[in-house]
Amino acid sequence: MAEKLLEVRSLTTGFAAGQGLVKAAEGVTISIDRGQTICLVGESGSGKSVTSLSIMRLVEFAGGMISEGSIRLGGEELTTKSQKEMSRIRGNKMAMIFQEPMSALNPVFSVGEQIAESIRLHQRTNAAEARRRAVDMLRLVGIPDPHIRAKQYPHELSGGMCQRVVIAIALACSPDLLIADEPTTALDVTVQAQILDLLRSLQRDLGMSILLITHDMGVAAQMADRIAVMYAGVIVEDGPAQDLFEHPAHPYTMGLLRSVPSMDGEREESLYTIPGTVPSLHQLPQGCRFHPRCQSAMARCAVESPPLEGVGPDHKTACWLYDNSAGSKEVLSK
Amino acid sequence: MNAERAVAASTHIIEARNVSKYFPIRQGLLSRVVGHVKAVDGVSLAIGRGETFGLVGESGCGKSTLGRVLLQLQSATAGEVLFDGTSLQERSASQIRDLRQHMQIIFQDPMGSLNPRFLVRDIIGEPLRIHRKLRARELDERVASLMELVGLDASRRNRYPHEFSGGQRQRIGIARAIALTPSFIVADEAVSALDVSVQSQIVNLLAMLQQQLGIAYLFIAHGLNVVRHLSDRVGVMYLGKLVEVSPTDELYRQPLHPYTVALLSAVPRPNPSDKRQRIVLQGDVPSPANPPTGCRFHPRCPYAQTRCRQEEPLLRTVNSGGHQVACHYHL
Repeated sequence: MAEKLLEVRSLTTGFAAGQGLVKAAEGVTISIDRGQTICLVGESGSGKSVTSLSIMRLVEFAGGMISEGSIRLGGEELTTKSQKEMSRIRGNKMAMIFQEPMSALNPVFSVGEQIAESIRLHQRTNAAEARRRAVDMLRLVGIPDPHIRAKQYPHELSGGMCQRVVIAIALACSPDLLIADEPTTALDVTVQAQILDLLRSLQRDLGMSILLITHDMGVAAQMADRIAVMYAGVIVEDGPAQDLFEHPAHPYTMGLLRSVPSMDGEREESLYTIPGTVPSLHQLPQGCRFHPRCQSAMARCAVESPPLEGVGPDHKTACWLYDNSAGSKEVLSK
Repeated sequence: MNAERAVAASTHIIEARNVSKYFPIRQGLLSRVVGHVKAVDGVSLAIGRGETFGLVGESGCGKSTLGRVLLQLQSATAGEVLFDGTSLQERSASQIRDLRQHMQIIFQDPMGSLNPRFLVRDIIGEPLRIHRKLRARELDERVASLMELVGLDASRRNRYPHEFSGGQRQRIGIARAIALTPSFIVADEAVSALDVSVQSQIVNLLAMLQQQLGIAYLFIAHGLNVVRHLSDRVGVMYLGKLVEVSPTDELYRQPLHPYTVALLSAVPRPNPSDKRQRIVLQGDVPSPANPPTGCRFHPRCPYAQTRCRQEEPLLRTVNSGGHQVACHYHL
């Protein structure tokens, strides 16, 4: 049995809005083993970024508040830590990379200085040693001529190169967990392939765990050991990647997979679509949040919200279709 | 010969002949021109009536610039653009404005392309007011029917763009583009910023409108799977050049240019057991200000030979199906 690195239980994060609290993520439960890659997939506003920012405890700087739940990293509870304690954990034990590599870097410092800064903040080394290690990190992330590149500024590097630098900064203190929030969304497919390859090989060599946030089912399929699907702030399905793609359980997951046009085989006359739109967090539907768009919605779905329960080995979904207790399964007419 | 050309002209709604677009690089106190970014460099293509031509390539390859040059939103540095068989180069500004009714554009960012201070009614009605001079009631009816056509609730026409979701805003942009029943639309990354479930709705809408109205699309996108779904033919651009043009199914089944092969293999397949060997291109796209000699792809091409460094390959037809490729040693 693999060792659990991160355990998130019933995490709820909200943002103050008007009189109430808008819950951007509600009751989120996920866990990551050491050396494993978990993908959090979902559309905009589904709460995947809020979940990752909560794990980093960065959500507080964005005006959010963790109102419930626990986050344990290597057995250590994070929700009760002060921000001062957190700043020692961030960078050392977990690090995060974002979608826009250009805006994550400081334009007035050379990339070498920025990597060295991260090393010196967390480890006791002198400036010369930090600079030397910065060059090593650039080599590790596959940047050619690292000695020359270390002296260059972000604007002198391409988008793909900048993302490599951001990865180098994140990995400078060899964290156990890397959170990557849409790391390749702003990049071209050919560069995306390079960065995904890099993440895979770094994980193999360094043994870190990765929490990868993406909206691209293709990226999830190629990277994930496990996949968690989010919809309107809740996890609707969680399972091993292979199983989830072959036997999706939740109607939303099925719809999402079917909406993606394929790259081979016969072309369909028209694309499958999920009717309607993602609900606003201010006006969430009663019961199951997906029921107004669901083809298999039953009377019960409009009233009670379904719990996340097992449908197969290690595979869970939040859907009443798989509940065998009493209740009519008649599909609501729309 | 002349008769032949006349027939050919009438089947193509838009045609580019050896079109180039260079942007000057200025430097120094006197803003002297020190070089040119060759965004589009000698591209020829023709799009038939009611056809969807997909244009793919990495950022900076010139696909958006080509779309803008076709619509005369930017003038070509060299070459000729023909709309419905007649050259646009000799037309006056007012003649071009008249022709604009027949060619429209849909942008990527619906929020950036809709005036936030206009009511939706005025956004969709603007082209009708300018070109059709309708009376208020006719205009209102036409706007309402356009909104219904693109799947918007016409009773919401007195609202502002910010009151709509991203997908609905894109529908507003589409309604505006089709208001004058154009015969050619450039869709520049029109579905790229949308979520998967919304993207599929918009893709279906574009296909439905094409069937009903007979519109030809230049569908510019970096989402290779969406391009495959919508397009009749696909062109692949690299550093300002078309390197391959082919009927869609053939291109995806049997790409001939090494760049196309690499591009297609880089797309992550939504299937965990499909861990195919990908061809990961090394390095970055070179600068279009100083493109490599010979074949522009040669520094990154795994099959490059001496000839590729010296001689630029021309786009030539390789089979009866109209598959064209610009490579000395195509696959």
